[in-house]
Amino acid sequence: MTPALHLFLIVSAALFCIGLLAALSRRHAIFILIGIEMMLAAANLNFIAFWRFGPQPQQPIGVMVAIFSIAIAAAEAAVGLALVLAVYRHYRTTNVDQLNQLKG
Amino acid sequence: MNSVAFILIAILTLAAALAAASLPKLIHAALSFAVTFVGVAAFFFLLGAEFVGLVQIFVYIGAVAVLIVFTILLTGRDAGKDRGFNWGGVAIAIAVFGGLIWAILKTQPLSIAAPPIEALTVRRIGEALMTSYVWPLQCVGVLLTAALIGALILVMNEER
Repeated sequence: MTPALHLFLIVSAALFCIGLLAALSRRHAIFILIGIEMMLAAANLNFIAFWRFGPQPQQPIGVMVAIFSIAIAAAEAAVGLALVLAVYRHYRTTNVDQLNQLKG
Repeated sequence: MNSVAFILIAILTLAAALAAASLPKLIHAALSFAVTFVGVAAFFFLLGAEFVGLVQIFVYIGAVAVLIVFTILLTGRDAGKDRGFNWGGVAIAIAVFGGLIWAILKTQPLSIAAPPIEALTVRRIGEALMTSYVWPLQCVGVLLTAALIGALILVMNEER
């Protein structure tokens, strides 16, 4: 028997919250990017689960959204890591607490 | 038998995600991140979306995890121990998790068991991509090109 939709939703909510934890509580820029990627993966898992258990599983709507979302997440990761590298060259740190030049 | 697979994959994914969020060494966290995405791809296989699972493995483990490891190596002097841990983030994450679980458990399920479907072949996905989803496909192509050029310019700029 395939597990019901709620189990997938609970796992994906847990993954989202772990990503949120990483994004909010770590002070290293790369950790924050990892957390954001985890939250995006949790959203993709929700799309696929709703597609599979939804009213129209014959049409690959959820699969298409997940594919486009993965492509956009890859672009975001590339630009984010390039930003981390540029900030590191400029300030010699990747700790987001020390990047306070714009702080009022 | 699917329930056993589900429980195993869930434990693997969530344990790896917790490790990625809490390990002090960056490189360990990056490897746990890769394991997390193997688990998510396994969920996609379990749900019958094999193509998305393969794309997930190619993109995340083949490209994003390697990019993250290279960035960690290039910012090496700073990548030692992580300084400080914000406990307010833990409280917010637990609060959001509680809210989400409450909302999920209050909702009526759409269907108890998944309806049987014919296999979602790459041929069907390709046909859909080239017919009804051709405009989003072109937009994603433009977006990827722009992101690639932007990332290159960001990294190259200070060389001169």
